[in-house]
Amino acid sequence: MTSIVERHKKLEKNVTLLAVGAFITVAIGGIVEIAPLFWIDNTIEKVDGMRPYTPLEQAGRDIYVREGCYVCHSQMIRPFRDETERYGHYSLAAESMYDHPFQWGSERTGPDLARVGKRYSDEWHVQHLTNPQSVVPESVMPKYGFLAETDLAVHDPAANLRALRDVGVPYTDKDIEMALADLKAQADPDADVGDLEQRYPKAQIRDFDGNPSRLTEMDALVAYLQMLGTLVDVNGPAAQEELASEAGR
Amino acid sequence: MANKRVDEATNTETVGHEWDGIEELNTPLPRWWLWTFYASIVFSIGYVIAYPALPGIHGATQGVLGWSSRGQLDKDLKAQQEERSKIVADLAITPIEKLPGKPALMNAAKAGGAAAFKVNCVQCHGAGAAGSDGYPNLNDDDWLWGGDLKAIQQTLIHGIRQPGDDQTRMSQMPAFGRDGLLTPAQIQDVTSYVLTLSGKEQKSAASQRGAAIFEANCAVCHGPDGKGDRQFGAPNLADAIWLYAGNREAVAAQINNPRHGVMPAWGNRLDPVTIKMLTAYVHSLGGGEDFAEPAGAAQTETQSEAEATAAE
Repeated sequence: MTSIVERHKKLEKNVTLLAVGAFITVAIGGIVEIAPLFWIDNTIEKVDGMRPYTPLEQAGRDIYVREGCYVCHSQMIRPFRDETERYGHYSLAAESMYDHPFQWGSERTGPDLARVGKRYSDEWHVQHLTNPQSVVPESVMPKYGFLAETDLAVHDPAANLRALRDVGVPYTDKDIEMALADLKAQADPDADVGDLEQRYPKAQIRDFDGNPSRLTEMDALVAYLQMLGTLVDVNGPAAQEELASEAGR
Repeated sequence: MANKRVDEATNTETVGHEWDGIEELNTPLPRWWLWTFYASIVFSIGYVIAYPALPGIHGATQGVLGWSSRGQLDKDLKAQQEERSKIVADLAITPIEKLPGKPALMNAAKAGGAAAFKVNCVQCHGAGAAGSDGYPNLNDDDWLWGGDLKAIQQTLIHGIRQPGDDQTRMSQMPAFGRDGLLTPAQIQDVTSYVLTLSGKEQKSAASQRGAAIFEANCAVCHGPDGKGDRQFGAPNLADAIWLYAGNREAVAAQINNPRHGVMPAWGNRLDPVTIKMLTAYVHSLGGGEDFAEPAGAAQTETQSEAEATAAE
């Protein structure tokens, strides 16, 4: 009689059975760990204040990705005391809902940037990006001064927004129609911004790179950095109450 | 399996295969490994019961311990708050100018300020508070806006040239070159004069011409002898400390089209106690000045205090 502990030999000697068995085992792991994320409440929680990126912020975000900032900077504050004391309130899942792809990162050679917005002045960002060691002598960050000398060239901002809408970012028809105008107006303090602020609440409208006569990649990147983590009022009383009542994570 | 046999050298059964004379021993798993494996299965059952684990329709099972990462954070922060509560309460009721009278509290405030400085201030003022181009060194006694506890606290709360804060420290140096107030030649002259104030250049014909221009255009803020005025945050030009480098190019550039440093107003980001801690820390760095009440009232108060001390 073959005892139950001997049965595995049947699987081990039949490669097809082994493959089927391995597939089923891995699939169970995936179903239990990944699939529920698409429906359980705490990954799809709604929070007040989230809006899609403005065309300028989106352009800055594209530069962030192009330059590989995510290789050294995370955008994900975990709920630990040391992280919240240094970087601010922990990140909420919904704060990345319009990120395609998300920028959580996996390494922190530099600090987390999830709540860097409005923490420093524009001038600081420009100086720091131009020559990081001039403000942080021990920094190993490369210099990005060329951004201030490169005109922002977005081939077709409306197309970018349309593509994002296709993957679920709720840009309106007007947002898409106005994309190019919005892109230029946000970095120009003298421009007529129209209803930019109504369509993108909390949008910061000013010249970001200290050179109002040009729209540079520096404008876009600083605009993006200055809005990071500023949309959701995580420290507001309502948000705190809601977070305190949560369990099971 | 037909060819199973017990291997003589190891006394272990073979699996029964044979390839060109090579056979495989059917060595059982080490017992320690097997029992660790069984133990981890048993452990996982307990873990699933105790902690959030199995996903459902709305969320995972919560576990009988009721643990959550956010709850854990909350607990950590509360414990820390508890630990600091006495110092924080004391600091909250102590006006900043009374702090030097309480050395124990002052020391606690400095320690707290050092931690807060590392999080919020080092990005501009540097890890050692030595500043850099455009960001003042906080270790020296050369203060732009005032270096006593009250002045530092004011700067921290309202910032410098912070848009939207009506009590922020505000001043604007005119762009003498860009706006055509002075000709390029005049700027060179006044630059020469400014550099003679700190002994960086010898007196010359240019600096003599510059002296008159300085008198007419600059002395109103920087003072007749260039020693600066804290009311306007006008730097002392007669010492060896420079905010934007003390060479000819930098000085001329500042006169031509000045840079204006901005410090954020921390009053709406940090709580008052943290600001007091930062004040105490920055004050302790080396250049802290004693607090003196402005105007005559203070004079008599200090005097009467001195008399009281003498009487004792």
